Amino acid sequence: MHSLASRRYHRSAPLVLVLALLALITVAYAFFASAPARADEGFTDAQVAGGQKLFAANCATCHGLNAEGSSFAPSLVGVGAAAVDFQVGTGRMPMQASGPQAQAKKPQFSQAEIDQLAAFVASLGTGPSVPTAEQVDGSLGDPAAGMELFRTNCAMCHGSVGGGGALTEGKFAPSLFNTTPTHIYEAMLTGPQSMPVFNNANISPESKRDIIAYLEEQRDEPPGGLTLGSLGPVSEGLWAWIVGVGLIIGITVWVGSRSS
Amino acid sequence: MSKVTRAANSTASFVDDRTSIGGFVKFFSRKLFPDHWSFLLGEVALYSFIVLLITGVFMTGYFIPSAEQTVYDGSFATMQGVEMSQAFQSTLHLSFDVRGGLLIRQIHHWSALMFTAAIMMHMLRVFFTGAFRKPRDINWLVGFGLLTLSLAAGFSGYSLPDDVLSGNGLRILDGVVKSIPVLGTRISYWMFGGEFPGDALIPRLYTLHVLLVPAAILGLVGLHLFLVFLHKHTQYPGGGRTHKNVVGLPLFPVYVAKAGGFFFVVFGVLTLLGALMTINPIWNYGPYDPSPVSAGAQPDWYMLFLEGALRLTPGFLDFSIGGWDVPMNVLLPGVLLPGIIFTLQAIYPFVEAWATGDRGERHVLDRPRNVPVRTSIGAALIAFYAVLMLAGSNDILATTFHMSINTLTNTFRVLIFVLPIAAFWVTKRVCFGLQRKDRELALHGHETGRIVRTESGEYIEVHQPLSEQELWLAVGHDNLTPIEIEPKTNERGVKRPGYRWDRFRQALSRFYYEDRVEPVTPAELAAAADEHH
Amino acid sequence: MSELKGETPFTNPGLPPHRPRRADEDPKAARRAEFQAVGLLVVSILGTVGAVLAYLFLPLSGSNGDIRRMTALMGAGIFLGMIGIGMGAIHWAKTLMRDHEMVEERHPIRSSDDTREEAVQMLKDGVEDSGVGVGRRGLLKGTMLTALAIAPLSVAIPMIGNLGGDWNVGQIKHTMWRKGMRLTRDPEGTPIKAADVTIGSVFHVIPEGLAETPDPLEEKAKAVVLLIRLDPRDLNVVPGREDWSFDGIVAYSKICTHVGCPVALYEQQTHHLLCPCHQSTFDVANGCKVIFGPAKRPLPQLPITVDSEGYIVAQRDFDEPVGPSFWERLK
Repeated sequence: MHSLASRRYHRSAPLVLVLALLALITVAYAFFASAPARADEGFTDAQVAGGQKLFAANCATCHGLNAEGSSFAPSLVGVGAAAVDFQVGTGRMPMQASGPQAQAKKPQFSQAEIDQLAAFVASLGTGPSVPTAEQVDGSLGDPAAGMELFRTNCAMCHGSVGGGGALTEGKFAPSLFNTTPTHIYEAMLTGPQSMPVFNNANISPESKRDIIAYLEEQRDEPPGGLTLGSLGPVSEGLWAWIVGVGLIIGITVWVGSRSS
Repeated sequence: MSKVTRAANSTASFVDDRTSIGGFVKFFSRKLFPDHWSFLLGEVALYSFIVLLITGVFMTGYFIPSAEQTVYDGSFATMQGVEMSQAFQSTLHLSFDVRGGLLIRQIHHWSALMFTAAIMMHMLRVFFTGAFRKPRDINWLVGFGLLTLSLAAGFSGYSLPDDVLSGNGLRILDGVVKSIPVLGTRISYWMFGGEFPGDALIPRLYTLHVLLVPAAILGLVGLHLFLVFLHKHTQYPGGGRTHKNVVGLPLFPVYVAKAGGFFFVVFGVLTLLGALMTINPIWNYGPYDPSPVSAGAQPDWYMLFLEGALRLTPGFLDFSIGGWDVPMNVLLPGVLLPGIIFTLQAIYPFVEAWATGDRGERHVLDRPRNVPVRTSIGAALIAFYAVLMLAGSNDILATTFHMSINTLTNTFRVLIFVLPIAAFWVTKRVCFGLQRKDRELALHGHETGRIVRTESGEYIEVHQPLSEQELWLAVGHDNLTPIEIEPKTNERGVKRPGYRWDRFRQALSRFYYEDRVEPVTPAELAAAADEHH
Repeated sequence: MSELKGETPFTNPGLPPHRPRRADEDPKAARRAEFQAVGLLVVSILGTVGAVLAYLFLPLSGSNGDIRRMTALMGAGIFLGMIGIGMGAIHWAKTLMRDHEMVEERHPIRSSDDTREEAVQMLKDGVEDSGVGVGRRGLLKGTMLTALAIAPLSVAIPMIGNLGGDWNVGQIKHTMWRKGMRLTRDPEGTPIKAADVTIGSVFHVIPEGLAETPDPLEEKAKAVVLLIRLDPRDLNVVPGREDWSFDGIVAYSKICTHVGCPVALYEQQTHHLLCPCHQSTFDVANGCKVIFGPAKRPLPQLPITVDSEGYIVAQRDFDEPVGPSFWERLK
């Protein structure tokens, strides 16, 4: 008989077994280990490779070739794909100059390229991942609950409806009127620059969606008329003087003038 | 006689038999009022107040002044199921479920902003033209009372909906009150009926806002108008206008039409604002809770000067005496500064009259250039107020213009001292410049731009002499000089009592009148006329 | 009237000549002015009607758009309704009403000397009639004045006194935080595990059981807290407070020591807390001391620790009153 079992005492059997075991572990690891990181984001090896090239060309000067950080930029190991999608997607990165306030500007990369960068950074260490479409769908959220959370956690920096607000030394919390739901979610999750981190234990994913629902509700037609920037009583006072007093004085001068 | 005339006659008879209204008609109906647009500013305030009353009464049909908690179940999505006070809930109900409710609310709030703005513009006009001089100095005090009451009405009014923004304003008020030494915490307890926020606050503000303050305003407005009628209105200088007459058009029909029509104009403009521009969107702020706060936390514009003072005063002023706290960093901007400013404002007419040594009645207004120190004081106070208002908006300025709040605050801390002094000095120089120009005009006439070549080859520009009316405006103003005081010692060489006080008075008088441009005298005018021939 | 100081030596030239208006001289211009005023008044009528129609017929389903339309259209109608009358009346007055300036004499405000004398005499007569002339019946006058002066007190004191509630001012020195009380999320009230607080997070905190207290808003106004985690290497622990925090997690009162607004803006990178009301800035890495703005005192720190299940709890109440300074704060 030449069954496999009869060969078990062959002298190369241990070697073959070890190699087989290694191969099995390698295949299993390759299948399972990459799956969580990649199955969530769906990142492919090609994306990671492309991302590495883009990173080396555009980010490594400050963040280091392996994103280990330097004296003027923090390490990106563990920041996750969400952080990259937010920072690069809003154009904040690459930054023109290092500093505490990263200005949003026209994004320098296409979404495909951003995905590659995200894939690369995510591969360096596990971190928050890009939210799914369902997680940022405002129509599934409760705007009233979102407003309560926004009022307690966000309004003091971003203003009562997300119009923006001042921080110290020239920094500011930007307006949220034109920010996409995905970027809003990612910003809460990763705490970019001055913004604190609102991890999922602090504000759960459902609550984050509620906040997005609230902000989207605010983009609906304002019931009172022109919003005057939603900046509060200062702009109201300014317009009272400019429009109200202006009109009244104009008419007053007409009342008091001689008719021709 | 037509039917209408007969009906009118019998009605008039009926009323007069019972009220002697004939005398009233005699006194009032053809009363003269001078015609100038700047005299209408007080009316803007009055009419805004009437609009406030009308829209306010409408809202009392819906507002529930209670801090009792309830759950919202109305039509506005982002408030669904949220716990809030009855005050907040009834304001939401008025805004979203009552037809025209939001319009009325917005008209009311815009009118409040306009009311205070009009009072200040009117006050500035009265100040710069010297209309507060005797006998109108007591009317200035009445006006001062109205200004203070308008601030109280506004503050109590916007705090009624019990939202996060106005609630934080009340918290700040509590902090300021607590800073008062010895009695602070007790006054705070008295105001709020206990600890902040308390249940008593909203109902008490309501009583203040709806009953006590409007009643006081109405009473003072009545007194204010009565005094205007009694004193007759002032008039700008011009031909035919003296201190002993009033030149203008009669109340009936001209001013009934103009002033009456103006009421409708003001009502219309305020409605336009309320129809098109959002104001105080409490559904964005949320019901008051001591925990949240939003960026851009400011009070309505007329309280901004206090807000700015609070932001600018540095913290090192907070000190203790023997373990007792004296938070001067709060007391100074919150209590002392408004106290001093309001007191100076109230007594100003008396101070100026004392410095001038003038006891006569004044009914012709000053041109601001002819009273340089008063005008400059006004400019300095406006500069001071403007810096405080800008300081109160520093975070909005920072957000809008991408500046640093720290830099802004420190800049305003310097400007608050520098700018009023600079404004005073510049305004005074400008006034003297204008006075000198008047002198030039009076002596030499208008430049016509026509160049004439004489036979001897000389080129001269032809000047058009001023008309009689124009000349009067340029030279017809009073020339005030510093007061004289009695000598220091009496005939026996003894220093008389009261001399120090007199010296102080003279110093103040000199501050006002020492620097001056002498107006043209008739002799100079005659000499100049000769020269030109 | 007394001579006024500094009066000009020039004589007043008298009223300027009257300039007629177009409508005074040209009947066609007058007719045109009349029609203009009529036009304005017609606009007013249309506006009023429009406003009432808008009130009656515009839908109000509760959507923002409906509310905006109702506000704008009703408002536009009222605006036209009012301003039409106003401008119509004013236009009529300016163009068609007689505008010849008239002159009226002023009389001194001061009563004449005769009137003053008579008035004074009347008062003197009255005083004599009253039987309490100068130097007479002093006791009567004195007691009347005293009684009058203190009479309002019987109403004023209860009125003022009752407004202060229980006058228990000492309450403001203490909050509801006690030993072992869990820190919970604001507003949900769920407890917080230490592991949830990652570096760079800020949690807005209320004490456990706040909603069940008899006066939740008043307690919340003193007890709100900020829970922040810094990298322990960045945190300079205040000497003597080594056991008030752990692993870089610190808790500070949220009530500003300036005038009491919630200090809520946390800048993650600089570790600064900014109060939005008057821009007082506190440095969390250095005991929340004030580094800018009108506040003077650092935010009070809440001593915290972890309980056996891993939840963050308070060790005791703050050791100083929270919020703004007041006279008896340290007593």
